[in-house]
Amino acid sequence: MTGLLRLGIDVGGTNTDAVLIDGQRVVAATKTSTTSDVTSGIVAAIADLETSSGFDPAQVSAVMIGTTHFINALVEGTRLTPTAAIRFGLPATSALPPLVDWPDRLRAVIGGHSYLCHGGHEYDGSQIADFDERELREVVDKALQAGARSFAVSSVFSPVNAEFELRAAQVIAEVAPGAPISLSHDIGRMGLLGRENATVINAALRDLADQVTTGLSQTVTSAGIAAPVFLSQNDGTLMDVDYARRYPVATFASGPTNSMRGAAFLSQQLDCAVVDVGGTTTDVGILQSGFPREASSDVAVAGVQTNFRMPDVLSVGIGGGSLVDGDAAAPLVGPQSVGYRLTEQALVFGGDRLTATDLAVAAGLADIGDRDRVAHLDAAFVRAALDGIGERMGEIVDRMRISADPVPVVAVGGGSILVPDELVGASSVMRPEHHAVANAIGAAIAEVGGEVDRVFSVSPGQREAVLDEARQEAVDRATAAGARPGSVRVVDIEEVPLAYLPGNATRIRVKAVGELSLGGDHHA
Amino acid sequence: MREITVDDLPDIARGAAVLGTGGGGDPYIGRLLAQEAMRRHGPVPLVDPMDLPDDAVVIPTAVMGAPTVMLEKLPSGTELVTALRALEDLIGKRATHTVSIEAGGLNSVIPFATAAEVGLPMVDADGMGRAFPELQMLMPTLGGISATPMAIADERGNAISMTTLDNAWAERFARTATIEMGCSSAVSLYALTGKQTKEFMVHGTISLTQRIGVAIREAAAAHRDPVAATAEVLGGRRVFRGKLVDVRRGTEGGFARGEVRLEGLGEDLGSHLDIAVQNENLVAVRDGVVLASVPDLICVLDTDTGEPVTTEMLRYGLRVSVVVAPCDPRWRSPEGLALTGPAYFGYDHEYVPV
Repeated sequence: MTGLLRLGIDVGGTNTDAVLIDGQRVVAATKTSTTSDVTSGIVAAIADLETSSGFDPAQVSAVMIGTTHFINALVEGTRLTPTAAIRFGLPATSALPPLVDWPDRLRAVIGGHSYLCHGGHEYDGSQIADFDERELREVVDKALQAGARSFAVSSVFSPVNAEFELRAAQVIAEVAPGAPISLSHDIGRMGLLGRENATVINAALRDLADQVTTGLSQTVTSAGIAAPVFLSQNDGTLMDVDYARRYPVATFASGPTNSMRGAAFLSQQLDCAVVDVGGTTTDVGILQSGFPREASSDVAVAGVQTNFRMPDVLSVGIGGGSLVDGDAAAPLVGPQSVGYRLTEQALVFGGDRLTATDLAVAAGLADIGDRDRVAHLDAAFVRAALDGIGERMGEIVDRMRISADPVPVVAVGGGSILVPDELVGASSVMRPEHHAVANAIGAAIAEVGGEVDRVFSVSPGQREAVLDEARQEAVDRATAAGARPGSVRVVDIEEVPLAYLPGNATRIRVKAVGELSLGGDHHA
Repeated sequence: MREITVDDLPDIARGAAVLGTGGGGDPYIGRLLAQEAMRRHGPVPLVDPMDLPDDAVVIPTAVMGAPTVMLEKLPSGTELVTALRALEDLIGKRATHTVSIEAGGLNSVIPFATAAEVGLPMVDADGMGRAFPELQMLMPTLGGISATPMAIADERGNAISMTTLDNAWAERFARTATIEMGCSSAVSLYALTGKQTKEFMVHGTISLTQRIGVAIREAAAAHRDPVAATAEVLGGRRVFRGKLVDVRRGTEGGFARGEVRLEGLGEDLGSHLDIAVQNENLVAVRDGVVLASVPDLICVLDTDTGEPVTTEMLRYGLRVSVVVAPCDPRWRSPEGLALTGPAYFGYDHEYVPV
């Protein structure tokens, strides 16, 4: 025992998974049902771990939690705070005011408070218009009277110069003391509408974030764990509870990210394809340097266009519960599935539907349920159907991999037995232990990150110097976010020269990550 | 004449991005502008060019500048009207119609915003039949029509009017003014009569963008091949299916230049396709042999969804298909090739029609 146990918890829509990790070793793992209040499911999971491993809560050095709570609240349109969206951009941008392309229902839920003020910056950092404090005070008064309780502030080119957003925050804090304020340059990237939308979503989740983070902290404390609590972010890095309280939107894609990173950890692969076979679908993603490759296009969340980067995942309708039909010449598997009713409806569980799981049992790949109930299946048909499943999974892996070189494949999830040992395009197929709780493991092993995403002017011969500057800034941000100095490394650099701009304007994005600085590091 | 409504815009924008051949700017912002203007003022009539009276006054409106800037510093909506009114004042006539100068990308949908705002019908035509990077690369230039008098406006209310020696000078001055305006501006230029519109513009291209958009959407929904559907509407063919394995980029004189390499998949396994890019896709070379080049269209589409892939979206690992399609035949004349052929962009191979 190193005394540095990490407790990882994944609160999904159906299951709450928890794992206890000591260095590189999984000490204990459990799966319980998610409860509507979230916290009692976590209490049950921690109690389970204590029973099975007898761990000492005082030995836990950090608790990492991944949750779909916030994205679900947005999708359901419930528990959202009335929010004022204030943008600095006049006289520009007025054709498309804040909330312009939102679904009507969601806009109504958050109150539809959209305001424009003068200001913002040009691409080169000069001002579009002067800051007008009186104009802003009037807007804030109007918003408060209309019932807004949370403020989202955006400004044109704030990733280049955040001055307007910062000054606005001061004024709002004076006029509406204690009201939550979300600033777009803290939240999103270049692209005003996507960044602004993400900021408004964040602002609308602030009350809920207060409740959830307080609940999580109390739950952990009452379990006798004094260690700090962290939440998983979209990109697989961590934020502390105070940060999560202010930036709940950063948890949105943490589910698939944690699952993929957990798979990588279990199999010790930094560059691989992860095949996650659930009840209804198989999701395939690619890990590069231990992080999921991100999708190239903008992502709409609950009908709102944002510019989050989400993991690039390709899905096919094959899972453990997929219905099987056809004959040996042309077997048909999926996309219809019995889903979570597998244990009632599959043949091996006494049901009357032929599923992919029944095929695996009949072929001797798995030993679950009552094997005798599938003994009558034609062996040639079973073989042909399983081969068909393997071929389709191989096709997805092949479409996802980034070069002609075969990649290692890590199979996880309840239905991973359906992934054949030999797969087209795969150099190997691994099925690590504890794969069913890959999500919670991904949370437990997460690191701390820092990112830069800005337009830089790159003069001839200065490319390396500019890149170094951006790298250093990303490393500094990771350290400031709680990474152990010395462990921080740059994991991703992207350079995109921009068309029609003078001065070789180049958008540079650098991401750095480092190990979480845990208690003890500072005393060394 | 028929009416274009808000519901038609997503298909038109998607088809416009295909005709953008990688460039022309992301039509998303243009679509939103048109959508909001139509919500306020109602649908826009789309007129067949052959139905125009010869003395109609057709004034194009467009935006100019860096697509990345337009995604950040959104338009106010007034700059398009300011530019149009300034040009009307210059020529001493009121517009009876507006029209797109460029059916590829952002500028296919921009005139819908102007049309709705000022209550003009729009002509179902454009000046290129695709997207090109410079404003003299319009079919009317071949007809000896001057881009100027021209007006450039910004959201502050500035309007610059100019008259130039030729259309290449108009491009130079307009670009300099646009940079001073924060790298995005609204322009009105190439004022045409109805007769000139019939003779020198490319007909039916706004309807074409809609047909492309509908074809991709319907094919994807019915699990048919959306790339094949696009090729059919364009009268072109799919020449390659592969995976993006290399992107090299740089900027030269304000233009994003780059090289993209695709590695074949399926029946193209073992082959490579290289695409030279300057904002738009310029030349496609398969295993060392030129397959297609400007002024013909080289469209990169997502293999699975058929969605057009713009130059700035190009990333390692994307699975794409390449469709080539013939340009308007007038671009293939010696004068047309001098303006927009491979030699103009600095390539020394002979133009090979697709």
